[in-house]
Amino acid sequence: MAQIVLKQIEKSFKQEKIIENLNVTIEDGSFTVLVGPSGCGKSTTLRMIAGLEQQSGGEIWIGDKCVNGVEPGKRNVAMVFQNYALYPMMTVKENIEFGLVNRKVPKQERERLIKEITEIVGLSEYLNKKPQALSGGQRQRVALARAMVKNPAVFLMDEPLSNLDAKLRHQMRTELIQLHKRLGATFVFVTHDQVEAMSMGDRIVIMNKGQIQQADSPMKIYDDPDNVFTAQFIGTPPMNVIHREAIFPYMEGQLHSDIHQVGFRPEKAMMTMEKKPIAGCVQFSARILTRETLGAEIIYQLEAKLGLVAVKSFLKPLEFANEVQISVPMKDLYYFDHEGKRARQYERSEERELVALGGGYA
Amino acid sequence: MTVWSRLRPYVMVAPSIAVFSIFFIYPIFYMIFLSFYNWDFINPVKEFVGFNNFVEMFQNSEFLQVLTNSLNYTILSVSLSIVISLGLAMWLNREGAWYGFVQGALFSPHIISLVSVSLVWMWLMDPKFGLLNAILEMFGMQKLDWLSSPDSSLLSLVLVAVWKGVGYNALIFIAGLQSIPKDMYEASALDEANRWRTFYKITLPMLSPTLFFLIIINLIGSFQVFETIAIMTNGGPVNSTNTLVFYIYEYGFRYFKIGYASAAGVVLLLVVGLLTLVYFKLLSRRVHYQ
Repeated sequence: MAQIVLKQIEKSFKQEKIIENLNVTIEDGSFTVLVGPSGCGKSTTLRMIAGLEQQSGGEIWIGDKCVNGVEPGKRNVAMVFQNYALYPMMTVKENIEFGLVNRKVPKQERERLIKEITEIVGLSEYLNKKPQALSGGQRQRVALARAMVKNPAVFLMDEPLSNLDAKLRHQMRTELIQLHKRLGATFVFVTHDQVEAMSMGDRIVIMNKGQIQQADSPMKIYDDPDNVFTAQFIGTPPMNVIHREAIFPYMEGQLHSDIHQVGFRPEKAMMTMEKKPIAGCVQFSARILTRETLGAEIIYQLEAKLGLVAVKSFLKPLEFANEVQISVPMKDLYYFDHEGKRARQYERSEERELVALGGGYA
Repeated sequence: MTVWSRLRPYVMVAPSIAVFSIFFIYPIFYMIFLSFYNWDFINPVKEFVGFNNFVEMFQNSEFLQVLTNSLNYTILSVSLSIVISLGLAMWLNREGAWYGFVQGALFSPHIISLVSVSLVWMWLMDPKFGLLNAILEMFGMQKLDWLSSPDSSLLSLVLVAVWKGVGYNALIFIAGLQSIPKDMYEASALDEANRWRTFYKITLPMLSPTLFFLIIINLIGSFQVFETIAIMTNGGPVNSTNTLVFYIYEYGFRYFKIGYASAAGVVLLLVVGLLTLVYFKLLSRRVHYQ
C-alpha cells in the first residue's frame, strides 16, 4: 500500500500555468476526492499521478519511491477513465486480461484472478461479450475489474460515474465505498460534483484555479471552511455570504474592520412570522421568492434588504406567507477577511454546535 | 396508398439505374457475349466459336506470363504501398508545420496525371542520362537497367505505383489513426503494453476498417494498371511488364481480335471479383467496426 505525496508540483500547458506550487499528501488507504469546478486542475493532477501527463516541476512520490519519469505502467497504479476506455475489439475477458498478459502472468494465475475479480463485480456471465453489447453500468464494472486485477496500491478514478444515470450512479457510489473498504488500497477520485465528494470521500481536497483551497474530512470542511470558496462550494444550497456594508446595520455595531464578508449556512437561519427580538441573533425581514419542496426539507429563496438569501427548513410545514422574519444566531456566523480567508479570531464560534444537518441532496 | 406513392421511389431511382445499366451492366454482358465470338470490328458477321477463345488463351504461354505479371505487380505494389504508407502515417500523425508539409508533399503525386508522372519517371530511369543512375554513380554504386531489363522492369513500375499511391494511402491512414480515442492508448500504457503490443493489439484492430478499405481499393487499382505500362514500357522488354489490361488493349485495339480481348476481359472480371469476394468473406470477420 502506498501514500502519495505531491511536492511543489507545477504544470504549464504551453505558456499557461495551470497548476503552481501544489503540495498535498494523500494518505495510505484513504478515499481521497479531488473536487473543484471544471478547469481547476483536478484531472490534470490525477493524470500526473498516473504518469499520463508530465509535471513541469516538482516531485511525485508513491509509497517510498519518487516516480518522476517512471512510466505509467510501472507506478503500481490503476486508472478508471471517464468514458471507461475499454478496448472495443476485445471481449470482457480479454479487456481484463490484457494487462496481465503484458506483465507475463502465467495462464493459470490469470484464469484464477479473472474468475475471482469478475465474481466480485458480477460480470461472470459476460466474459465473452464485447463492450458494445454491455450497458453503461456493466462497462463501468469492466473498467473497475480491469483496474482491480492489477492489484495496484493506488486506484485513480477520473469522474468514473458521470456517464451513468442518477440511480445507477447512486448504486455505484455505494459499491465503490464498499470496494474501497474491501481492498484497503488508496483511492483517488476526481469529480466536479460536491455531493459525490461529500458522500464518498473520507478526505476531500478542494481545488480552484490550480490551487488547493482546503484538504480535510468532509464534515470538517462543511463545518469549518477555510475560505469563501470552500464555504460556497460545499453545501446545497451554498452558504449565504453577505458583504460587510449590507449586514452591518443588523449587527448592533459589533463587526471588526478586518471582516469583509459574513456567511451563514441556510439551515442555521430560523424563520418566524412575528417580529420579536431574540438575544444574540442577527434579525431581518425578507420576502419569499421561491419554495423548493424536497420532502423532508424545504428550501426558500428570499429577498431581503441585505440581498438574496437561501434558507433551509427541516420537517416543518410549508410556509405560505409572503413576508417572514429571519433570525440567525451570532454563533453561527462565519467571518471572512479581505482576501476571502476565514477570520476565525473574531467569531463567536466557541459555542457553535459542530453538527451539520444533512450534507446535501442529489 | 395511391399508385403514385407506390411508384414514386422507383421513378426517383430510375435515372441512376438507367445510367448504371447503360454504362456498366450492358457493357459487361456485351463483353461476355463477345467473348464467345470471333470479330474484328469491321466485318458485319460475328462468328460463334464457343469456348475457343478461352481455350486458345489458356494454351498461350504469353497469356500465362501476363497473368503472372499482373499477380506479381499487384501483390508487390499493394503490400509495399500499404506497409510504407502505414509507417509514414504513424510518423506523420502529430502536430507541427513540418509534418503538415511532408504530408502535403507526399500527397502531391496523387493529383498529378499519370501520363506526366510516367514521362518524368522515364527520364529519371533512363539508363544513360537518368537522374537515378547519376545518383547511384555518385555514391559509387553500380548503375541499374531500370525499365530496359526484363529483370527489373516490373519492379521499376511497382516503384512508380508506390510513389504515386503512398501519399493518398497515408492520408487515409492518418484520418483513421486520429479517430482512435487517446484514452485507449493511456489505458494500454497503464496496462504496461510495450510499443509493439500496443500497435498490434490496439492500433491495428482499431485501424482495421481503414486497412480493409485501402487494401481493396489498391488491389483493384493495381490489377487494372494501364497508363504507366502503355507509356513507359509497352509491355516489354520481352513481355516482362505486359499485364492484363494492357494485354486486352493490345488484342482489342491493335490486333482487332475483339472476341479474344473480351475473353481476357472476362478473366480480369473474374479475378478481381474473386479477390474482392474472398477478401470480404475471409477478412471482414476480423474487421472491427465500432
